[in-house]
Amino acid sequence: MPAKKTTPKQAAYQKKVKKYEPKPKALHNAVFAFLSGGTICLLGQALTDFFGAVMGLPPEKAANPAVATMIFFGALLTALGLFDRIARFAGAGVAVPVTGFANSMVSAALEFREEGLILGVGAKLFSLAGSVITFGVVTAFIVGLIHAIFPGG
Amino acid sequence: MNWRIYLFAFLVGGGICFLCQLILDLTKLTLGHLLTGLTVLGGILGGLGLYDPLIKLAGGGATMPIISFGNSLAKGAIAEAEKTGVLGVLTGMFELTSTGITAAIIFSFLMALVTRPKG
Repeated sequence: MPAKKTTPKQAAYQKKVKKYEPKPKALHNAVFAFLSGGTICLLGQALTDFFGAVMGLPPEKAANPAVATMIFFGALLTALGLFDRIARFAGAGVAVPVTGFANSMVSAALEFREEGLILGVGAKLFSLAGSVITFGVVTAFIVGLIHAIFPGG
Repeated sequence: MNWRIYLFAFLVGGGICFLCQLILDLTKLTLGHLLTGLTVLGGILGGLGLYDPLIKLAGGGATMPIISFGNSLAKGAIAEAEKTGVLGVLTGMFELTSTGITAAIIFSFLMALVTRPKG
């Protein structure tokens, strides 16, 4: 909170600015997220078709190696220091697909690398991705229990 | 191969990222909150059987976003639960997601090995 009192005129101005300023930026960011996220998903679909054709897998199974490949790309870009540069423009477009999951783990691994392989990398690998896994598993556990208790429901 | 799934992959995947970016910019939620929320959402949609139709329509547009992770966790747990009962919830949990988690662990570890520590 600012210590200085603002005059009503200043307050009105700030309100006006606040109202007009963030919106165009938000839309701009969202459009970039749309384009980059769409491109990543398009690439993911292409990889799914590729692995489906090469390994003779049905689409549900072929999505697995496609996801692993995207994780590899996310990990590689993070290690090269390029991920953050792309994320500055793409935002959620690279963070919401699995590339972001890979980025959260690799960046934790690199950040704590100097604390050693066991206490640094090993222990801190899930420091960002952990909450996704924890809450995902808790949700799936409850959902699974409901299905186990009421089969066919 | 059909072109429609590519169109929907782009539109659906892009649309999800579009909405997520708006949530990040216009609310106080952080990326961590958002990704966790999306995974929970995926688990619930998976439990209701509502996410698979989207995968059928949009392919990579639905399997690449992190929502798919929650969906796969729930589907693995449900599939085993229906076969073997309550214990199946435990044994089936990571059945479908093990590719992603294993790949992420292995690649992160390798990247940490080959990258020089900064600072």
